[in-house]
Amino acid sequence: MNKIWPSFDEAVADIPNGASVAIHFWGFPGVPQNLIRALRDHGVKELTVISPTWGGLPVPEEVLTMPSILLSQMKKLICSYFASAARLADMYGIPSETAELEKKLEVEYMSHGCLMARLHAAAAGHGGFYTPVGVGTIVEEGKEKRVIDGREYILEMPLSPDFGFVRAHKADKYGNLVYIGVCRGCNPVVAMASKVTIAEVDEIVEPGEIDPEVIVTPAAFVDRIVQIPKGGLGSYEYAMEKVHEFLSIEWVRPIILRTKRKEAEQ
Amino acid sequence: MKERLSEETIALRAAKEFQDGDCVNLGVGIPNLCALFVPEDRTVLFEAENGVLGYGPILLEDEVDKVDIRYVEAGARFFAPQEGMSFFDMGISFDMIRGGRLDITVLGAFQVSEKGDLANWGRPGDVSRTIGGGMDLAIGAKKVIVAMEHITKDGKPRILKECTYPLTGRACVNLIVTDIAVMEVTDRGLVLKEVAPGWTAEEVRALTEAKLIVAEDLKEIEL
Repeated sequence: MNKIWPSFDEAVADIPNGASVAIHFWGFPGVPQNLIRALRDHGVKELTVISPTWGGLPVPEEVLTMPSILLSQMKKLICSYFASAARLADMYGIPSETAELEKKLEVEYMSHGCLMARLHAAAAGHGGFYTPVGVGTIVEEGKEKRVIDGREYILEMPLSPDFGFVRAHKADKYGNLVYIGVCRGCNPVVAMASKVTIAEVDEIVEPGEIDPEVIVTPAAFVDRIVQIPKGGLGSYEYAMEKVHEFLSIEWVRPIILRTKRKEAEQ
Repeated sequence: MKERLSEETIALRAAKEFQDGDCVNLGVGIPNLCALFVPEDRTVLFEAENGVLGYGPILLEDEVDKVDIRYVEAGARFFAPQEGMSFFDMGISFDMIRGGRLDITVLGAFQVSEKGDLANWGRPGDVSRTIGGGMDLAIGAKKVIVAMEHITKDGKPRILKECTYPLTGRACVNLIVTDIAVMEVTDRGLVLKEVAPGWTAEEVRALTEAKLIVAEDLKEIEL
């Protein structure tokens, strides 16, 4: 068994035009930044990107490589929290070239929970599920409705990405994965739902070196593993360094830290 | 101009609803401040949609050295790790939320209707579609508290007969805490239960489009 791939470029080389790719993104933690960048360099078009959030942080690619760098290669986005570049440009006074591109994008919206449940339905081989979330809102449009035990539900369909990019902390050579903190995010869900799952990790160890009691994603859900170069883009050390650089910007601190204790205590 | 409650005071009042042992999710803005006002002798576990239960206080500006990307809540703010917290993936997180395991969620809102409809993720015509986890929280949590300012910045009512903004969920709000009043959504309508110091029921009513039923035991908000 050999799931270890020598480079990010090779690990994404068979992703074709028109593929759907699921990527965890919710701020800094747990983003598979190297795979995102390799997919951009791979240059395929007509992609459908599936991500819990989109946009939201006005930071350069060197600080945090987000799924939004794939914008010019995409035809569709499936997400829950779409912070448009136009809105960010307004909020932070940052001019945006991406705002125009976003206007051309087909976007399918749903709640975070619905996105997770649709991915999980695909993972579990379900044909769909009924949920009360979204009833009476824009997300119910065009969906089958059904009353179960007197309550209204809408039918949601499974979502099975062709490829899933996963950021884990550690893998063994079989592909068993563990995560750290909230860097877990939806990575385990993406791993379970995707037809081909590619994981980038801080460290690859021998089978048996990870306590089987703490493995989060079992090897069956992982097809390819690529090691992030020590201290390289997206590694824990690199991400920490970049977060601290980001925090040194004065207008950033009040957004992601707390300033109000004094007033609050009065 | 009569005095209105500050954002912190709104949060303080909303946090009085937290019971010992509750699992609670806080939305961004005023709701987030509730974490500072958990009543004494009560242990509350705060949940964040991105996959943590029981997280610690949000770090202060002068605690930059403690910042760690393992510890970020749903609003992208850094928190301190705390004993008894747990991490899980977002699938489990939203099962917890949608499956009714959260006792309370405190959310912000643009509008709430007298039937408890909630509109909190977008304005008509917005390019952004920031639905996020609000729909899941609004439908899944056992108790939904809205903490917000009673009227908009240009003086328009937010508590309406019908919401005009895109809905988050129908008939999902239980309690509304604003800078001038506390109202409960009941089967007979929206009941005004408490008013801010110095305010009368009539003055609150004048700033509310929804029909308000004044509780027989109407009282001043206790802080």
